[in-house]
Amino acid sequence: MEEMRLDGNAAAGSLAELFARDVTAAMATCAKCGKEMPIGSLFDYGQAMGVVLRCNGCEATMLRLVRTPGSLRLDPSGISLLIVAALT
Amino acid sequence: MTAPAARLEWKVARVAGIRDETRRARTLALEVPDWPGHLAGQHVDVRLVAEDGYQAQRSYSIASAPGSRYVELTVERIENAEVSPYLCDVLQIGDGLEVRGPIGGYFVWRPEDRGPLLLIGGGSGVVPLMAMLRHHAVNPRAAARLLYSARSLDDVIYRRDLDALAATSEAQVSIALTRDWPSDWSGYRRRIDRAMLEEVAWPAGDGARAFVCGPTPLVESVATLLVELGYDAARVRTERFGPTR
Repeated sequence: MEEMRLDGNAAAGSLAELFARDVTAAMATCAKCGKEMPIGSLFDYGQAMGVVLRCNGCEATMLRLVRTPGSLRLDPSGISLLIVAALT
Repeated sequence: MTAPAARLEWKVARVAGIRDETRRARTLALEVPDWPGHLAGQHVDVRLVAEDGYQAQRSYSIASAPGSRYVELTVERIENAEVSPYLCDVLQIGDGLEVRGPIGGYFVWRPEDRGPLLLIGGGSGVVPLMAMLRHHAVNPRAAARLLYSARSLDDVIYRRDLDALAATSEAQVSIALTRDWPSDWSGYRRRIDRAMLEEVAWPAGDGARAFVCGPTPLVESVATLLVELGYDAARVRTERFGPTR
């Protein structure tokens, strides 16, 4: 249900296990529709098996992060470009 | 923070203080080892582990301003939930609590961010906005407005703190009560709607930065309305807390 959805902010802790820096402010381009938006604004429908973030325009899956006993599996194929601001 | 933080690790924080805010909300003041400081709007993850190894994890926004003595979390008790009843009813001063943070870089306000500040929150969504307001009070480079929606006056978290901030700083506070209000209530008596935003929000041309937090339906409705009122979508930042409870 739409009212249950969270956003990329909720996934930030999990993403921090993999990325050296916070990426919620990074701009991600949807590989399907081309919309550019901050990771923090992606839709998070709260999957039990990990993180699934969707485009807030066309709802295509942009990023999946699944934890298995031996690994963290990242599928970023729904992001065609990720722009992270340089540190000042 | 401008340097990359050390890798985010779980730490055992100590509960240094407890303060009841409303009948359902409680603030925990935590002493977190090696706390690197935080930005207004960031949150922490909290993890509870049962004796059988079952883990439950939730995120809680930091209520205290950057530079405060303790890391304060305001937790709202949700009936039959896994984590909040423990934090609100069982946890005591001196207890340990596993936390990880600070987390987040999108839903944050820094004093050097230009433009007037517009903070809109529903229910416990006011928590990260309070960190921003508290930080703004000692860094008042531009004016700030908070519009806070709650069910009744008894559910307004930080009521006294908000009165104090409005009286002494560059902040204006408006409260919308949605279910119940005193007969002499002079604030809003309905859910946030377009007409209310037209009265409270900074005009679109002022270059305001908006932060909207709370139940998902409220956040999405308000964000959409702000853009309809002419706000640049890039200047409307959102943090969804999930369904209305």
